[in-house]
Amino acid sequence: MRFQLLRSPSPSSSCCGYQIPFQPSNGVLLLRSSPMKIPKSHTKKKLSQSRRASEVLAYYGLTTPPYKLDALEPYMSKRTLELHWGEHHRHYVDSLNKQLTNSPLYGYTMEELIKVTYNNGNPIPEFNNAAQVWNHDFFWESMQPDGGNLPCGGLLQQIEKDFGSFSNFRDEFVHSAMTLFGSGWVWLILKTNERRLSVVRTSNAICPLVWGDIPIICLDMWEHAYYLDYKDDKRTYAINFIDHLVSWHAVTSRMMRAEAFVNLGEPKIPVA
Amino acid sequence: MALRTLASKRALTLAQGLGFRHGGGGAAPSGEHLRRHARGLVTFSLPDLPYDYGALEPAISGEIMKLHHQKHHQTYITNYNKALEQLEDAMAKGDASAVVGLQSAIKFNGGGHVNHSIFWKNLKPVSEGGGEPPHGTLGWAIDTDFGSLEVLIQKMNAEGAALQGSGWVWLALDKEMKKLKVETTANQDPLVTKGATLVPLLGIDVWEHAYYLQYKNVKPDYLKNIWKVANWKYASEVYESEIA
Repeated sequence: MRFQLLRSPSPSSSCCGYQIPFQPSNGVLLLRSSPMKIPKSHTKKKLSQSRRASEVLAYYGLTTPPYKLDALEPYMSKRTLELHWGEHHRHYVDSLNKQLTNSPLYGYTMEELIKVTYNNGNPIPEFNNAAQVWNHDFFWESMQPDGGNLPCGGLLQQIEKDFGSFSNFRDEFVHSAMTLFGSGWVWLILKTNERRLSVVRTSNAICPLVWGDIPIICLDMWEHAYYLDYKDDKRTYAINFIDHLVSWHAVTSRMMRAEAFVNLGEPKIPVA
Repeated sequence: MALRTLASKRALTLAQGLGFRHGGGGAAPSGEHLRRHARGLVTFSLPDLPYDYGALEPAISGEIMKLHHQKHHQTYITNYNKALEQLEDAMAKGDASAVVGLQSAIKFNGGGHVNHSIFWKNLKPVSEGGGEPPHGTLGWAIDTDFGSLEVLIQKMNAEGAALQGSGWVWLALDKEMKKLKVETTANQDPLVTKGATLVPLLGIDVWEHAYYLQYKNVKPDYLKNIWKVANWKYASEVYESEIA
């Protein structure tokens, strides 16, 4: 059994943008059968006295996608999810935990770990695993069964404001996926400085968190994400993602959270 | 053929200095896969495989070979040709920012074409000698520079497995230092991006499209099995011609 220093367990609030640095408190630590190590700065005196004989080690766990593995058919097959989540994502988590066993890097939330290991552009080996774990979590939560169609309300307005129209956004997103060279991800992000939505591509494991923007949607363009279902047809994969898989519910809750950090304008308060 | 060349000779001077006619570094594709346009631009077409798609089974499945050749390699060639045409236009207009802007597309798609052209020659069906270890000068060079063939294979497999994202792992000859090296390149960067004096002898494509359908996420198995169809004869020929 593992506990995670990731976000809170409820799926609806499981958005990721910025997070206030997370202090693990007594309530979050689970009882473990094997010895664990708590970093000194996070330890309350009472706990360290009662746990003097054992040490607490922080691990990162593999989160489960918020749907069954066959729920995204026919746009993403069960086999793809079994391999992508069960092998690739799990492998990143296991590799990260192995790298962290005797490392001074413990006690971080995943977002903090990514920024620290990114090392301002000179990433250390842990970055790749940490970022990929986070990216994949974000990816599973960006999708839902019976997803796609159109967003509504404020989200649609924001997209129309920043892209002109929803179909412009859709075209730009798909175009970005098609023109990515090599492995990487396509993101819809909220740019914190310019205070607008934007579509960006990143290579390999890079994530917009490292340069301070807030991710809203991501699409995995590594070949393992689509090869079994679509072979070399990236275009159909990207189109199906936007049209049928993307979870606008998740996007809306992420946007709401992001607006706590980025001022997107005055609310429309009706005047009497 | 001669008449057409004469007529377009003036226009050819534009493309001259850039070596387009040679199709880029390393092994140049054979003559019948180039097309000289009336205005002098040379474009490329898909070279044929010297063996059937299914001939490399069970190391590499026929399905993968077919997709890899007909879809992936063809796409690189199509996009490379497109980029070349755009480059020619931009150069003719003297549009420097457009020329520079096209460089990444040329490196990616052109590199993809160069790398895959070498890759097809690096593979050979077992029935035609694929997998047979190198003898002669290349064999001795491997023993000198790495200790043994097994050590070299292990090193290349380790580098291939550790490579993050997409890329290639190469057995390269540094023709200046006259030494063999193992190098990796990212995405479709050709080997020369790692050193101008490096000549590719053997390359292994570790993009996921090269193995996913058959080996899924178990890249190490792909790397272990591809040596069964490695064309050491070709590598020896390239080595001997460069060393001489």
